[in-house]
Amino acid sequence: MNAIYILWLRELKRYTRSRAQIIASLGQPMLYLLVLGFGLNPVFKRAGYGSYFQFIAPGVIGMSVLFSSIFSGLGLLWDRQFGFLKETLVAPVPRIQIMIGRTLGGCTVAVIQGLLVLTICLISGFRPASWIAIPVAVGFMVLIAMLFAALGVIFGSSLQDMQGFQLIMNFLVLPIYFLSGAMFPLTNQGKILGFITALDPLSYGIDGMRSVLLSAATFRPAFGIGIDLSVLIGVGTILLILGAWRFSKIEA
Amino acid sequence: MIRVQNLVKTFGSFTAVNDVSFQVEAGEIFAFLGPNGAGKTTTIKMLTTLLHPTSGSIQLDGLDPRTHQNQVRQRFGIVFQDPSLDGDLTAWENMEIHGVLYHVPHKTRRQRSEELLKLFELWDRRDDQVKKFSGGMKRRLEIARGFLHTPKILFLDEPTLGLDPQSRNQLWSHVKRVNEAEKVTVMLTTHYMDEADRVAHRVGIIDHGKLVTQGTPAEIKEQTETSSLEDAFLKLTGSTIRDESAGSADQMRQFAKMWQQQRR
Repeated sequence: MNAIYILWLRELKRYTRSRAQIIASLGQPMLYLLVLGFGLNPVFKRAGYGSYFQFIAPGVIGMSVLFSSIFSGLGLLWDRQFGFLKETLVAPVPRIQIMIGRTLGGCTVAVIQGLLVLTICLISGFRPASWIAIPVAVGFMVLIAMLFAALGVIFGSSLQDMQGFQLIMNFLVLPIYFLSGAMFPLTNQGKILGFITALDPLSYGIDGMRSVLLSAATFRPAFGIGIDLSVLIGVGTILLILGAWRFSKIEA
Repeated sequence: MIRVQNLVKTFGSFTAVNDVSFQVEAGEIFAFLGPNGAGKTTTIKMLTTLLHPTSGSIQLDGLDPRTHQNQVRQRFGIVFQDPSLDGDLTAWENMEIHGVLYHVPHKTRRQRSEELLKLFELWDRRDDQVKKFSGGMKRRLEIARGFLHTPKILFLDEPTLGLDPQSRNQLWSHVKRVNEAEKVTVMLTTHYMDEADRVAHRVGIIDHGKLVTQGTPAEIKEQTETSSLEDAFLKLTGSTIRDESAGSADQMRQFAKMWQQQRR
């Protein structure tokens, strides 16, 4: 148990110590939120979908949670490179505990990152349907963070070096983001796009957050909260198990 | 304490460790010597559950690292050849993590961390991030950390690499101390033959993945009719210089350096 705690604490310390990185990581969500949010607002409104700024805010929160959690899992690559990974791999602690500690740490960091973006959204004029919705939305952030931290661990344990990193960024992380409906409504899509977006776990996370944060009058859920929750929990559990298995197989 | 029989490790078509057998008795200091790329580190990685052997058998304190990973890990401590510290954490925090991972009780942990950091002259810098340390300081911290818990078996993979004579001296007297006082079995590798001669009870020499000879330093000198272990070593392994291809870890380290420079 102590091992899980100390590794969780390590992730948190590393995060709070890299202030420059925290600020840098807020840049991209702010661009999406402020430039696209306000820029596309008039068109979106004319199409009868309401405010685009309101619509994109949960999407941008989901994006920052996605990036932050998946990179925490890929942080394994950095630890491998700087050697710290070996230190944890030979420790007399079951590997599963090491994996849980790291993943929980990465998750916590991702949720903090999500909360920071949520704060920016609120400051720039985002208004949730009700304030009680916020804790529920945080719950969705936790589920998204768990799922993608586990996915990050799977890839982080399988890759040997940084060459694979760009590959993951371009063929995994960005598609997950763009296909999640973070930036466009998932309802009334063509068959092919509709099918692909339904395969993307993040779609359910963002759909869930929108369902609770936006008022029923302006947003029609693509899946519904029940389906959102079961997909996130189901896929998350499977990925966590896979991640733990991959992690237990690491050789150094 | 350590029993290795017909150990083989191949990477693709390359045989890194080829049919190696040796034994280290409890309480012994065993020096594992060999030129670069001879298979020392690969052998240690297999002994410490980091790599799976291709064939052959290993027993540490009667346990197989393949089937009893956790029990084996409870029995050894290791100082790695290459860095294994977290640069974003302070020296003290690195010690803390190690102590917690190795189940050292809270009070003992603080007390020993303090002793060891003082012994290796890092106490004044304990609250500095490790990435600000010089190479020698990192090395010292790594060694101090290795002594934080008292394992049955201690692996030291080129521990004196990049250390000044003062720290080297400190290290070896500490190794001797734990070996005598706490009966810790030690298996070490080094390129400094005089160190091996001074510290080790027994020596094994490995070259091209094969164990060339083993015995006490005196026996090896006698066998090769040389006066120093260094001459014996050169006689046994030849004087050609070995090439070691950069592993993926080295390549990544280079990549990281590039990236860090770009960031500044």
